[in-house]
Amino acid sequence: MPDKIATGIVENGMAETAPRVSEWRRFRRVFLSRGLVFFGMVVILVFIFVAITAQWIAPYDPYKPDYTAILQNPSSSHWLGTDAIGRDTLSRIIYGTRTSLVIGLIVVFFACTIGITLGTIAGFFGGWIYIIIMRFIDALMSFPMILLALVIAALLGGGMKNVIISLSIALMPGYARLMCGQVLSVKQNDYILAERSMGASNLRMMLRHVVPNCISPIIVQITMMLGATILAEAGLSFLGIGITPPTAAWGSMVSDAREYLMVMPILSFAPGMALMLVVFAFNMVGDGLRDALDPRLRGIL
Amino acid sequence: MAEILKVNNLITQFKTESGIVKAVNDVSYYINEQEIIGLVGESGCGKSVSQLSVMQLINAPGKITGGEIIFEGQNLLKYKQHSPEMRSIRGARIAMIFQEPMTSLNPVLTIGQQLTEMLVLHLKMSNEDARKRAIQLMGMVGIPAAEGRIDDYPHNFSGGMRQRVMIAMGLSCDPRILIADEPTTALDVTTQAQLLEMMKDMVQRFRASLVIVTHNLGVVARYAERIYIMYAGRIVESGTTKDIFSKPRHPYTMGLLKCIPRLDEEEGRKLVPIEGLPPNLINMPTTCAFLPRCSWKIERCYKDPWPELTPVNDNHFIRCYADTKEKKSEPG
Repeated sequence: MPDKIATGIVENGMAETAPRVSEWRRFRRVFLSRGLVFFGMVVILVFIFVAITAQWIAPYDPYKPDYTAILQNPSSSHWLGTDAIGRDTLSRIIYGTRTSLVIGLIVVFFACTIGITLGTIAGFFGGWIYIIIMRFIDALMSFPMILLALVIAALLGGGMKNVIISLSIALMPGYARLMCGQVLSVKQNDYILAERSMGASNLRMMLRHVVPNCISPIIVQITMMLGATILAEAGLSFLGIGITPPTAAWGSMVSDAREYLMVMPILSFAPGMALMLVVFAFNMVGDGLRDALDPRLRGIL
Repeated sequence: MAEILKVNNLITQFKTESGIVKAVNDVSYYINEQEIIGLVGESGCGKSVSQLSVMQLINAPGKITGGEIIFEGQNLLKYKQHSPEMRSIRGARIAMIFQEPMTSLNPVLTIGQQLTEMLVLHLKMSNEDARKRAIQLMGMVGIPAAEGRIDDYPHNFSGGMRQRVMIAMGLSCDPRILIADEPTTALDVTTQAQLLEMMKDMVQRFRASLVIVTHNLGVVARYAERIYIMYAGRIVESGTTKDIFSKPRHPYTMGLLKCIPRLDEEEGRKLVPIEGLPPNLINMPTTCAFLPRCSWKIERCYKDPWPELTPVNDNHFIRCYADTKEKKSEPG
């Protein structure tokens, strides 16, 4: 081979090129240039920090009732007050961060891995494979998400592990459907045919060419669903088949506090705010991630 | 020179709801080593499909239903579409360049990633070697400052530059045949000429054969040694470029030549379009498909089926009953 390669390199190697920006710097610039994305990132990092260091930073034991201090308003000893059996709200929120983030992340990880895999296979191969997979997905989707999770959780019983399993199954069809649609449209592109004409195998086509081109809406979906997952977990806990009490979780805190909504709004307001803040932050970061990761959008920004 | 690819009686059909479309119908052609041939015809005449068939890139509902494709002595049709044998031929032994440079590159991978992919895949090069080779190839196809541009994304390149990248990609694994499917259609005229010239040089340097698929006779006039004219899924005339241009014998070819402007002709000649539309490829008549648009038709054309390719001289074949040689001008 090399003997054939005549040195045909164009002489003007010094032609003007823009100074190269490394991938990482470019990513950082786009990702952090918007204030909201930066803010979202900071919020997420703070929550992750809180989740990891919960046992050291929580001022009180979140499970220990203190009957001398029930339903207290915020004060210097209990910053966010106490609940009906005297547990410190701030400590419970701090521990609840752990529950919510862990469940949210694990569920989304499982749901999107399985969903993306199924959706990609169905969309890429088409035909019978498509029909079998997508009819199964359609059947799952015909149940409301929370109802499906409820049924599965009821069958399996409560607890962290079973909540994760049931929510993963309930959330998976959304990813599969979205991915399948994306793959179907990306598959029509000329570069897929061009790649095939260069002898790429099915697996290579899927992993290297189809999936990366389909991933932007999935990233957004992932971050949006993180919020929805945390909410769904709260819903399950509220219905008594999610996280078993007394484990601290934001959702169950909100529902426990609903009886005192009029007298002690802070009790449900505080975990609600935490929930909202996390969901909002994930959505912002998801947007920013998509813009920064997709080379097609870089030119615009 | 030895034949490198020989296609015999290739038939490719598409099953549609309204019937079977015979996109490629009994097409035979060959290409010699280091030869440049042109495959010319209007949209939908089956020229691209015939080339995709050679690569076995026809997807459902299309199917290759007959014929053989002999490449380097072996019939490619005995391999399944996704078999490793076929994959090792695609890209490495026969490469293809597509019409739309703007969409033929994966937008989320850098040029370098796409160029090196083939080298690593087919030639088992290491990543560093592949990168060096990719830079070299980019230089060869005339991309200035290739070292600086290899990590750019396709959207940083213009259409002409992207097509250069496609050509570099096509030739990267030193294929025996490069199939260029309307390589310049999407580009402006000056870029077209540069690209064709460059492509010819590259093919010569790599000692590969080149198939130029186009609807534009002007594109192949200068580069191809032989030309095949396709109409409604069949080859209607084949011959050396010289013969086709100076002594066209099939009415369709004559029509094509009449509707391109030339510099070497008397002033005031009008461009004559071919009247009518190409036939629907579903329910094709058994008679000549060009018959409704033909101005040379004779009685026999209505009675007998489409004629076989018959020689008019050594290297010149037509599918026509009419004696188009005698009369120099348009009859009637």
